[in-house]
Amino acid sequence: MGGYGDVQMIDENGKRVDGRGPGDLRPIEIKVGVVPVADGSASIRWGANYAIATVYGPMEAHPRKISRQERAVLDVRYNMAPFSTTDRMRPGFNRRSREIGKVTSDALESVVQLELYPRSKIRVEIEILCAEAGTRCVGLTAASVALADAGIPMTDMVVSVASGKINGVVVCDLNKEEDNFGEADLPMGVLPNTGELVFLQMDGDLSPEEFKEAWDYNVEAAQEVHKIMVAALADRYGGVA
Amino acid sequence: MGDDGASDDSGSGSEVKLVVPGESLGPAADRILGHGVGRRGDSLIATRLGYLSEKGSEVTVLPVKTAYMPRPGDLVIGYIEGMRANIWFIDIAAPFNAILPMSLAPGKIDYGGTRDAMDVGTAILCRVQEVDESHSSVVTMKGMGLRKLVKGFVDQIPPHLNAVVIGSKGSMIQMLKEASDCRIIVGQNGRLWIEGEPEGVRLVRDALKMVRETGHAPGLVERIQSLF
Repeated sequence: MGGYGDVQMIDENGKRVDGRGPGDLRPIEIKVGVVPVADGSASIRWGANYAIATVYGPMEAHPRKISRQERAVLDVRYNMAPFSTTDRMRPGFNRRSREIGKVTSDALESVVQLELYPRSKIRVEIEILCAEAGTRCVGLTAASVALADAGIPMTDMVVSVASGKINGVVVCDLNKEEDNFGEADLPMGVLPNTGELVFLQMDGDLSPEEFKEAWDYNVEAAQEVHKIMVAALADRYGGVA
Repeated sequence: MGDDGASDDSGSGSEVKLVVPGESLGPAADRILGHGVGRRGDSLIATRLGYLSEKGSEVTVLPVKTAYMPRPGDLVIGYIEGMRANIWFIDIAAPFNAILPMSLAPGKIDYGGTRDAMDVGTAILCRVQEVDESHSSVVTMKGMGLRKLVKGFVDQIPPHLNAVVIGSKGSMIQMLKEASDCRIIVGQNGRLWIEGEPEGVRLVRDALKMVRETGHAPGLVERIQSLF
């Protein structure tokens, strides 16, 4: 959050810099089965974001010390390609990617039926190829589709969306400028079938009223994204979704 | 079951419906929960991506993909992954490695001679003897036809498509064997052993590639026949 309050990013009619209204999402396109050697995979274009998520397993847990007697472990790795941002990213893991891997894993653990595969490991790899704000949400959503594609038993699919505040107005799905120069960012992971919350972070400040407004935007947008996820799976496997 | 396997087996003969994890399948009432179905309050939900099947009061989701879970008696093709002085660890394409104790190996092997008998990477045909509640499994090589696979080629398909490759009463596998003039063994873990002339092996591998890519869609028999 840069907090440059004087940068005008929304006009008096509620139009944002990319022409969207306050509650509009960026265009989203999901493809399933893009990595044939993986057990499950999905690619997602969300605005200018482009990410690929793959799932391998369940498999023997290595290193042995991470295995759990009564359930499987989710080994989530989030990584940004060096060319994914305007300033070159130093390759390899850093504090931020470890944090996002951890919160993604925590969010997915609440839906994946890990108890069915004791002592094993499910490997989830999220690779961000092009980053334009909201990559943790994009990665989590793609991972959710890839897990479904891999046939992993889950009680629901996690959908992640971020809302925030720009020039004092709460808006849905921040783009790069809004994320860099806005006042707040509220990424959330929602279970679309129950409305439950499995992931929540906040950057910047929101009043209780603004928080509620951002929350509602996220929950509503999650339903929209969920429809796109289901359509992508139906597109890959046929049948009536 | 249709002539091309389990994936289009909707049971009721109605249109195949794809369900996604978390999707509501209606009120639970007196319905019986089958594979891939869970309960949320008073309603049933799908817990896997797959095709919905309702037979009588039983609701099942036929998954589009699934991991191989060993069951006692399964004939499987494994690879040696490691060993101790009197035991081998076998990769049987399941979430967990199986063990093969020296007492269940073929022939007489001296203590400490496991590596000399079967080294890492060796393909073996074995049978699952025992699976415990924590999914640890023991395989045996004592039994008719169970052996080291020294010749031939091992290919892999997703295990839920095994029924597709075997076909109704073994029709599909018989057709493949006759068309390719190869010996083929289908392991229940989705691994197949193919042995024959290179031309025949290539034909079987092409057919298996087709199964991997389009095995979930109807009309597979015709597509595979078009290869011959």
